[in-house]
Amino acid sequence: MLIPVSIAISMVVFMIVHLLPGDPIDNLLRIGSSPEDRALMVAKYGLDQPLFTQYFLWMGAMFQGDFGQAIVLRRPVIDLIGQNLPYSLVLGGLAFAFSSIVGMLLGTVSAVVKNPILERFVRGFILLGSTVPGFWLALLLILAFSVTLGWFPVSGAKNWQSLVLPVLTIGFGGVALVARVTRVALQDAMREDFVMLLHAKGLSPGVILIKHLIPHALLPVVTILALRIGWILGGAVTVEFVFGRPGLGSLLIRAIGQRDYPVVQGCLLMLALAVMIGTLIGDLAQASLDPRVRENKS
Amino acid sequence: MIAIKKTKSVYQRLAGLSVVRAFGSTMGKISGGLMILLVFVAIFAPWIAPFDYASQDLLNANLAPAWPHVLGTDEFGRDVLSRLIYGARTSLSVSATAIFISITAGMTLGAAAGYFGGTFERVVMTVVDLTWSFPDILIALIFVAILGPGLTSTMFAIAIAYLAQFTRLTRAQIVRLKNETFIEATINLGAKPRHILWRHLLPNALSPVIVVGMLAIGDGIVLEATLGFFGLGAQPPTPSWGAMMSSGTAQLFLAPWVIIFPGVVVALTVISVNLFGDELINSLDIRERMRED
Repeated sequence: MLIPVSIAISMVVFMIVHLLPGDPIDNLLRIGSSPEDRALMVAKYGLDQPLFTQYFLWMGAMFQGDFGQAIVLRRPVIDLIGQNLPYSLVLGGLAFAFSSIVGMLLGTVSAVVKNPILERFVRGFILLGSTVPGFWLALLLILAFSVTLGWFPVSGAKNWQSLVLPVLTIGFGGVALVARVTRVALQDAMREDFVMLLHAKGLSPGVILIKHLIPHALLPVVTILALRIGWILGGAVTVEFVFGRPGLGSLLIRAIGQRDYPVVQGCLLMLALAVMIGTLIGDLAQASLDPRVRENKS
Repeated sequence: MIAIKKTKSVYQRLAGLSVVRAFGSTMGKISGGLMILLVFVAIFAPWIAPFDYASQDLLNANLAPAWPHVLGTDEFGRDVLSRLIYGARTSLSVSATAIFISITAGMTLGAAAGYFGGTFERVVMTVVDLTWSFPDILIALIFVAILGPGLTSTMFAIAIAYLAQFTRLTRAQIVRLKNETFIEATINLGAKPRHILWRHLLPNALSPVIVVGMLAIGDGIVLEATLGFFGLGAQPPTPSWGAMMSSGTAQLFLAPWVIIFPGVVVALTVISVNLFGDELINSLDIRERMRED
């Protein structure tokens, strides 16, 4: 499944990018260049070949780790990606860890503790987290913590302090999502017959929660988390832009603006790959958590 | 011929009872009231707004909230409240139109895939699942990049970003309904596929799709604001909540109210849409049917 999907994605990415209006050659040519100069430049980047040929040349090179040459930045795309990817990975990884841990804790607490005030607080938080636009939250955080309090830098990626606000911004939505799923999953699990049996057996509520309820409820949570890896990357696009951090997202937005085909293609492929790897990890995690899935697969 | 008692159609139930019942709870009253107020403000913007949204007054630029500029002014001295009120028009209409397009296309695709099945279904669902696994902002960014910045392309970008959701949901409804006894009975009575699809399957599939559509309008508003914030949505001087925040970024330290208030309005809108959608799900009793698979 993974291979046909990758091929389909690569074709879509390739086609979409060639539908972009405007021509990177126009950006490169000096004002007053002759049509011959232009033709030479077009031939140099292979843009005069039929689309079909361009696709296969591109795919062939891709398998050798050659993503082509960035037209505007005049550097190998793979270098650009290699330079920006670590920033996105660190940001995405931290945001992912933050939203999983805090989200599960919050979801568990809100499902277990029967306190109307806490319940309302958590519900309100979940609602806010899933509705507030990420870039606006980022601006508010900058306003509060960078401008007014001066605790963290406004932008850049020099030290660990510059990571705090971006992680919080992406994590806020993630925490809300994970908390909501955890809460619903736990509440569903509590209604199961086997849980009633455990209570009847006289096990303490804490043991039931940790040994039986949480493993049972983990399944939908892990699935959602894996599916959300792509969404966290999407969140990173906005957040990197607002905080002026280097990363795949800011690289992509800049490249779209400059109509730099190879870079856009490279970024989109990397993001697509990340989404697919996320789904794969989710499937594997599901299999290791759920004996039913495990037996079906074997 | 057996006389069949004419019952209310799904359309009537949706328009009458359930929406009214959704107003029953306190949450429903507050969120529904807010939504009605917003639509009202958007429609009657020229009569409500205290100032012209585009008239500049450089002497009064970056004024803090005070009378007569209740929410302050931006870097060109334009009244923030008036721009917010006119922005409601842009944001609501763009998002609602986009979601309408998305629902129409998604229901057609989903119903066809679910009803006819086979290779067609597999092809459609593979493509749909592919786009579904991508974050909506990325899909929208790609399409805005293709179509060029502006409100029309924003609209289509939003429509495409949410297409997968409606296709999946409609297909799930149709597949589930197809095996129900009453459809079997209709087939045995000799009904034609078109009759079954239009008269029985689609009306029954409609309510979850409409509710999800309503929730998606909220998401669409956020997406529109985000694209506007990147400078890819509404172009100046058209007021849009996202574009207001975008132009306010440069003034973040001088005039934070230019950014704060549009964000508050976006958040309030989306929250009330979500809360009301929740009440609607309860009053229609379709929580089980909202699943997409």
